[in-house]
Amino acid sequence: MTELVWIIPALPLAGFLTLAFFGRRLARPAVAWIGAGSVGLSAAAASVLAAAFMVNPPAGSSYTLTLWTWMSVGGFAPQISFYLDPLSIVFVLIITFVGFLIHLYSVEFMADDEGYSRFFAYMNLFIGSMLILVLAGDLLLLYLGWEGVGLCSYLLIGFWYRDPKNGLAARKAFIMTRVGDTAMAIGLFLLLKSFGTLNVQDLMAAASGQWSRGSALAAVSAALLLGGALGKSAQLPLQTWLPDAMAGPTPVSALIHAATMVTAGVYLIGRTHALFELAPVVMNAVAVIGAATLLVAGLSALAQTDIKRVLAYSTISQIGYMFLALGVGAWSAAIFHFVTHAFFKALLFLGAGAVILALDDEHDMTKMGGLRKKLPLVFWSFMAGAASLSALPLVSAGFYSKEMILWRSFVGWSGNPLLWAAGLAGAFITALYTFRMVFITFFGQPKSDVHRVPGWRMNLPLLVLACLSVAGGFVETPDTLGNVRIFSGFLRSVFQALPVRESLAGLELSLQIPAALAPLLGLLAAYLFYMTIPANGRRFSPAARGSRLRRFFFSGWGFDWLYDKLFVLPFIFAARKNRNDVADMVNRGIAAISLSANRGLSWTQSGMLRWYAIGIAAGAIIMIGLAVVL
Amino acid sequence: MILVLLIVILIAGGVLAWLLGRWSAMAARIVSLLALAADFVLILFLWVSTYERLNCAGQSWISEFYLPWIPQFGINFHLAMDGLSLVMAGLVAFIGLAAILCSWSEIRERAGFFHFNLLWNLAGIMGVFLAVDLFLFYFFWELMLVPMYLLIGIWGHENRNYAAMKFFIFTQASGLFMFIAILGLYFINARNTGFYTFDYLNLLQTALEPAEARLLAAGFLIAFMVKLPAVPFHNWLPDAHTEAPTAGSVILAGLLLKTGAYGILRFVIPLFPQASLDFRYIGMSIGVVGIIYGAKLAFAQADLKRLVAYTSVSHMGFVMVGSFAANELALQGAVMQMVCHAVSTGALFILAGALQERLHTREIGTMGGYWRDAPRMGGVALFFALASTGLPGLGNFVAEFLVLAGAYRVNLPITVLASLGLVFSAVYGLWIIQSIFHGGGETPAKVGDLSLREMSLLGAMMAVILWLGLFPQPMLNTVKASLEAIREQTGLTQVGSEHLREANSYPHFTRSCPPKPAGQDVPMSRSTGGTRATPEGGLRLPANQPIGFLRRQ
Repeated sequence: MTELVWIIPALPLAGFLTLAFFGRRLARPAVAWIGAGSVGLSAAAASVLAAAFMVNPPAGSSYTLTLWTWMSVGGFAPQISFYLDPLSIVFVLIITFVGFLIHLYSVEFMADDEGYSRFFAYMNLFIGSMLILVLAGDLLLLYLGWEGVGLCSYLLIGFWYRDPKNGLAARKAFIMTRVGDTAMAIGLFLLLKSFGTLNVQDLMAAASGQWSRGSALAAVSAALLLGGALGKSAQLPLQTWLPDAMAGPTPVSALIHAATMVTAGVYLIGRTHALFELAPVVMNAVAVIGAATLLVAGLSALAQTDIKRVLAYSTISQIGYMFLALGVGAWSAAIFHFVTHAFFKALLFLGAGAVILALDDEHDMTKMGGLRKKLPLVFWSFMAGAASLSALPLVSAGFYSKEMILWRSFVGWSGNPLLWAAGLAGAFITALYTFRMVFITFFGQPKSDVHRVPGWRMNLPLLVLACLSVAGGFVETPDTLGNVRIFSGFLRSVFQALPVRESLAGLELSLQIPAALAPLLGLLAAYLFYMTIPANGRRFSPAARGSRLRRFFFSGWGFDWLYDKLFVLPFIFAARKNRNDVADMVNRGIAAISLSANRGLSWTQSGMLRWYAIGIAAGAIIMIGLAVVL
Repeated sequence: MILVLLIVILIAGGVLAWLLGRWSAMAARIVSLLALAADFVLILFLWVSTYERLNCAGQSWISEFYLPWIPQFGINFHLAMDGLSLVMAGLVAFIGLAAILCSWSEIRERAGFFHFNLLWNLAGIMGVFLAVDLFLFYFFWELMLVPMYLLIGIWGHENRNYAAMKFFIFTQASGLFMFIAILGLYFINARNTGFYTFDYLNLLQTALEPAEARLLAAGFLIAFMVKLPAVPFHNWLPDAHTEAPTAGSVILAGLLLKTGAYGILRFVIPLFPQASLDFRYIGMSIGVVGIIYGAKLAFAQADLKRLVAYTSVSHMGFVMVGSFAANELALQGAVMQMVCHAVSTGALFILAGALQERLHTREIGTMGGYWRDAPRMGGVALFFALASTGLPGLGNFVAEFLVLAGAYRVNLPITVLASLGLVFSAVYGLWIIQSIFHGGGETPAKVGDLSLREMSLLGAMMAVILWLGLFPQPMLNTVKASLEAIREQTGLTQVGSEHLREANSYPHFTRSCPPKPAGQDVPMSRSTGGTRATPEGGLRLPANQPIGFLRRQ
């Protein structure tokens, strides 16, 4: 059964090829069937395979399917191989299922777009590349998927290509992630030089065997891989592309910039966690970056007015939580948060898309309001997503994953109270901006007319994801709340359970209470600010003690400004200045000198006899003079 | 014999095309197409029939032709082919076909003479890749120059005279350095052994003083670095590429630049191993400067063909880095880069030519939004722009990855700087797509999509890039033994490979060699001195008066 794993990525790729070659000649329903159908079949195949894997786990709880050897040069022989283990199964299931729901949603959402088949072709290519990324048994193949999803992200952000602004956002995304990817590529060179292979399992075994904990090479290679992860997952300092990436169609934001691609960095670190464990310095850096990112992005989300930009900053912030978890060695907590985040953030984006479509492409929340009555299904599902995002205690999936991260960040392997406090503050901010968004959008007075109400193809994904956002967390609950360990149990063969520090184990309940209270406080604050004084929704945000701070948050802490000044403008300036290539001046100079010499000499060939006579006479005098003097 | 045929077909085809061209342009096109197709089939046949042999360790020519030419001076018409020249010859035929197909409707004036020049130029390039007599090599080196000068000068664009002149002077002047170096090597070898010979295999044995070797290597290197082109000798290239007709640009980018890279691999490193090692870090640094400087200039250009021309400078920088890093990974990467760059940049020039044919401009600033009317052209352009940025799955990625992975073992800072090329290539690659096919507002200008002829040509080129990106092994195997021989010459075979697993642990790729048919192949006989390689016609003189033999006595 497991040897059929190649079918899972092959189906969407086949869909891509069909649509790329024949898409323009196919009728729209046919395009929809191929586009969404291929992902649906892939999801079905993935579930059958996952079931087979769970019922009858292969030896060592992993299975490798080698298709062919990519190349074989000087002992370096990367292979096109798929590696199936609980970690990749979790990712494959989320990618195919959430991906299918989003494809189904897009069938309706994009119905009037002239680039219908192009859209589904890109989306299918994305799913195929993402599946290759998570299934790859070799880091070089992983890199192929990694760049492939980056390409699809570029193509889909710039999907409405007529507007140059979209093109700019798309290029920004591609180039910024390329910066991280290049660091990652150098990391691959280092690993290849050290171990002669890029096969993940061999590498991890060799690294654990040959490098001691804390060795410099391990730290450098982990840091370089981290560079790639930071770019892809939009973490500090490479986070600025993600808010601009909202230029793409909303289903794209849901699929690529919330549920799947941006979590590739989390997957990479999880996949190579054995290497990161050898580099405690880098682990600490991961945790600190995660904590800083979740605060920076959360505060930025507070000041946004574009509903999709709120969600974009929120995504950066939530991935910050995942990095925090990775940094303290809470591997399965990070993966768990990835799963719940995929549910609720995809849901929120799809809900926002329904709102945007209903209001005729309106992104500005200040022009929304009162939609609760007009779009009830969208409202209730959005509420489920918002509850899960802000981690309202007990009734939301997000609570269980976030609580797990907070707990681990305190008592975990390298956790400390500071990281925990940052996470806790982030939880408060998350609830605050989430319900700010909810209250402004769905409550208060209606400000625009609703043009269309979504049909079943958009409603069904919303409903399914809403259920998952509420109930999806019950597969893993803390000791104090039933102690269900299905999720981490499934991942046990990949991630050994890291021990908590025994001296702190008794603190669990006393740490849970603040973790449960922080979101509620955030909700309350949002209610006070935006419901009791509705005008505040337009003018203030609680973070704004003056418009300067607010603008600072609105601009995403001025990172764009800084990078423009530091990198973009100097590059463009240098390029413009040297358009004509200074090196060519040497050649032009030689040519100019020769030409003027030529002109000077040809001037002497005037054809006038008296000049020649003078020349002869002058020459004779000089010669005689020389003969006399010497 | 088959090697001579490869060149003779092109020479004869050229003459025939010229004669027929007076009568019908179409006849000239068809004759040229047939000539190149014949070459292509011959090379494919050679490749298939010798593939097993190429996979085996131990270097040997897979085909050879030998005829005394001017035996008094030790000059012979000596052609030989190993895996490296096989790949290059195949590239000549493939890019040649592309050049003819892409100028099918572009060239209407003096089509016969155009195709004559095209084929003679290709014949010269083919000769460069096959000659193993240095005099013959220089002969072909010059042969490829004049027809290209005419192609640019007659069928070029606005500023063609300047470009053609610049191209000619750069290559001619640098070729002169090489000729002096060839003569120097010839006389030094004669001084040592008493034999006057231009034969490559004999000259490989020449014992050189380090100072002599450096001087001679510099003579060769100047010629090859101008052709490559390496910064700061690259200035002829943007002008020549921009002003040449499409076929000229395709051949310039696809083949002429490769003669420089081939020269470094075939002559500079094996003939002067120690001097090359001394030059190693300088050479790699020059490559890195080219990668970054070329990419930056490419981004700044407003003329589409000029932009693509500067990307060549950037990509050929990888070849320079790989050649001088000189371990197996890097050399394989350099060769792979030569092939992939030829195809992908050739395709970009074909697209630029197609756009110019439709729009009568190359100004990027006047373009935009063509995706709507020409989605096929947009898709193809996207494909090759992405190939330029080194997207995994396409051949250019394999090439750049191998070069960088190989260079990493030699020098860390150079590799890190070279890796920046990956970022910069994304900057200009996406800019091409943005400024031509995206944007354009609500009413972009009308532009016709690719015709069936253009589409099938570009489709074939896409297939090659994909093949090399996903299944590069046949090509890697083909050149493996040749590169091994180069590395043996440098004595670097042990460097950097100590950590690698033995290739034998992958049973998939170890092949048992078939027994060699007797008398078919000639060993390259490095160590044995080789009676075959010192032909009877060689002029033997007393060793104490080597230089005087050219004087009138």
